[in-house]
Amino acid sequence: MKKLPQTINLTLNVWRQKRDEKKGHFETVAARNISVHMSFIEMLDSVNEQLTLEGKDPIAFDNDCREGICGTCGAVVDGRAHGPQKATTLCQLHMRQFSDGDTIVVEPFRARAFKVVKDLVVDRSSLDKIMAAGGYISANTGGAPDGNAIPIAQEIAEKAMDAAACIGCGACVAACPSASAMLFVSGKVSQLALLPQGRPEATRRALNMVKTMDACGFGNCSNHRECENACPKELSIVNIARLNREYLKASFFSVET
Amino acid sequence: MQLDAHIPAGPLTEKWDRHRFELKLVNPANKRKFNIIVVGTGLAGASASASLAELGYYVKTFCIQDSPRRAHSIAAQGGINAAKNYTNEGDSIWRLFYDTVKGGDFRAREANVYRLAQLSNNIIDQCTAQGVPFARDYGGLLANRSFGGAQVARTFYARGQTGQQLLLGAYSALMRQVGAGMVTLFPRREMMDLVVANGQARGIIVRNLISGELESYAADAVVLCTGGYGNVYYLSTNAESSNVGAGFRAYRKGAMFANPCFTQIHPTCIPHTGEHQSKLTLMSESLRNDGRVWVPHHPGDIREPQDIPEKDRDYYLEEKYPSFGNLVPRDVASRAAKAQCDAGKGVGLTRCAVYLDFADAIERDGKETITKKYGNLFDMYELITDDSPYQKPMMIYPASHYTMGGLWVDYNLMSTIPGLFVLGEANFSDHGANRLGASALMQGLADGYFIIPYTIGGYFAETTLPAVNTDHNAFKEAYQLSTDGIAKLMSINGKRTADNFARQLGRIMWDYCGMSRNEQGLNKALTLIQDLRAEFWENVWVPGIDKDYNKSLEKAGRLADSLEFAEIMIHDALNRSESCGGHFREESQTEEGEAKRDDDNYSHVSVWEYDGIDKKPKLHKESLVFENVELSQRSYK
Repeated sequence: MKKLPQTINLTLNVWRQKRDEKKGHFETVAARNISVHMSFIEMLDSVNEQLTLEGKDPIAFDNDCREGICGTCGAVVDGRAHGPQKATTLCQLHMRQFSDGDTIVVEPFRARAFKVVKDLVVDRSSLDKIMAAGGYISANTGGAPDGNAIPIAQEIAEKAMDAAACIGCGACVAACPSASAMLFVSGKVSQLALLPQGRPEATRRALNMVKTMDACGFGNCSNHRECENACPKELSIVNIARLNREYLKASFFSVET
Repeated sequence: MQLDAHIPAGPLTEKWDRHRFELKLVNPANKRKFNIIVVGTGLAGASASASLAELGYYVKTFCIQDSPRRAHSIAAQGGINAAKNYTNEGDSIWRLFYDTVKGGDFRAREANVYRLAQLSNNIIDQCTAQGVPFARDYGGLLANRSFGGAQVARTFYARGQTGQQLLLGAYSALMRQVGAGMVTLFPRREMMDLVVANGQARGIIVRNLISGELESYAADAVVLCTGGYGNVYYLSTNAESSNVGAGFRAYRKGAMFANPCFTQIHPTCIPHTGEHQSKLTLMSESLRNDGRVWVPHHPGDIREPQDIPEKDRDYYLEEKYPSFGNLVPRDVASRAAKAQCDAGKGVGLTRCAVYLDFADAIERDGKETITKKYGNLFDMYELITDDSPYQKPMMIYPASHYTMGGLWVDYNLMSTIPGLFVLGEANFSDHGANRLGASALMQGLADGYFIIPYTIGGYFAETTLPAVNTDHNAFKEAYQLSTDGIAKLMSINGKRTADNFARQLGRIMWDYCGMSRNEQGLNKALTLIQDLRAEFWENVWVPGIDKDYNKSLEKAGRLADSLEFAEIMIHDALNRSESCGGHFREESQTEEGEAKRDDDNYSHVSVWEYDGIDKKPKLHKESLVFENVELSQRSYK
């Protein structure tokens, strides 16, 4: 039989901030009788239920699918984006990873390009702006050839899928000492550069996405590899190498700049 | 009121072509004169926004999440069907159409389903062109697998993340139009009301989820792509913010609601572990291709699975349904699991689970092959349960997953309010009483990419739209109503949180309007819901202020809608005393305990019209006419 459910008691040292222009601070909150089967998000639910009944303001945090795929949730837990478990979003981090009596420090994803909305909630709309600048293949609805018209080698398709697995959570940005969004940008650039359908726009895409990334206030890659370590979908920095190649090639040969 | 589905005349195979020809066109230069509001950015909303903008319409797109890429279509795992017949197994548009009508237990419109099957092929082409990284064979061609209830391999997939990849494709197309200035994006907005002016849908009131302010937006048509209502059960595979609010508020404004009792309880979800549980995670149905479902033969056998010898195992699906085995449709598989657990043969902590065992598949195909097919699903399972499916059978149990019911729409996907179109899971149109696996993605994208671009043009070309802006009285009234609703919630100052109420409502719905329903239970549920609603309006506690990021207020508002909507589901379930698809009325079953339809009395869509607060809604019926398929009792034996 499975182990019987256990509960643990924890102390949260959690970031509270009304909105971006207000100063934030850490607050100590007790998390009692936490089942080890809870996800981190369910633990926060339980703490919030308690805070609410005590008449206090619950901790604001973003989450949606609770199954690690939508990329909505995220916080820095004990100094690590999405917490201590590798390849795991905050909503899939289970409390069995912690021990009774632990103190856990919980902060928002911090970056110049991510303004704090409230407590652990940040504004990541800059990632959408980067996508709007070129994260697509211009294929209007209706004109597509048969799906099998262009064969694509399985290894290439698999590599494209690896790069496409990004969930846009922003953990890479939070983990990076320069708050760079290179891993995020490189995922999309790689996916579309690897596929023959994406080649016609490869030059324009690499230049415009990087330009927009810079304009949004993200830093540059400094080869710390923190991003790939924090990425819940384990996107490899090989993608950044590919982005650099695409970008350099575009800078040298583009007729558009 | 007579419901007219506007199904085109002529043979089934020619209806859509003929309709496209007959629909009036809007001159390309005139398209820019029209503004369209799209609510929701899942597969339907994102594909509709992108396609409409590509045509030259100005689109305002709203989503509840912080980015359109996060809509819950992203969580779909298994795949998307198409009638390509790349596998040479004899698949065809007709076969996909037939399977879908039959899978839906003959409670869907033939014409709609046939069109869906036709468009399925265009979807695969479109998505491939966008760079969706579908799985491929060594020769570089697209790979297929077979999926729940289908006897041909017609499902296209991108690992276990097909929904994510299709959504990112549609999102990319949408963001391209944002970049081009054709779509204006409004994230973190929740629709509070639909604005109907001169009898036409002309705008919406939304709440800005960061500032808490209400905002009004006007347009020439409104397209709702706001998903289903599975979260009425509280525990479901839906995302936290998935809710019935937008659809329900449109219903209150006159859009009729069809077949609300048709809900899908998905058989393969990770069982719950306790009161703290906030959602149930789906394990893709594709797992049933290789996993074998079993429980111990003897009730109360609490041995570890590896200690239970073959002779003491009951592979109940394979035994009962020899031709489909573990691949029976979702409703059948779910009820069978419930029956085993009700008989005391359930496994796991709560005894509310059955095994899904991969030992044979691993032995047959090798671990590497199984990892390639299901690796990410196995990892996900282990992350959540701390058990490895490579070593120990998975445990699964049914959970609320999808809702076939939705706002009633005609063949043009227009609701009973002119100018209000409803796409994707939010409408009722294509899945009848049960949806087949890998068909939700297909429908969302068919609606958004390939249907609405034509039908909305037909509407504009034939409709006089008087000038209406947000100063119109209809906007002011809707704005005031929303303001009052929020003020009321903030003023109750009771003792229970919205989550606490939501859990209780979910339990009522699960117990009495879940996998198995009967008249007595449904009547009881009706009373329980009414009591709970009365208590909610006296005893809910919403902390904080309304003009702020306030999740508690969001949840309370959505629950208020669910508490009303749940009652419509019950009315519908009570009214439909036959069993069909996911709707199993205990009073109507065959001797073997299978769902028994009553085609003489229930071969229709039940369409409910709002009739005022605390009043039972009015029932209308749209007859279903089957000219091309013969109604048969579904049999998966």
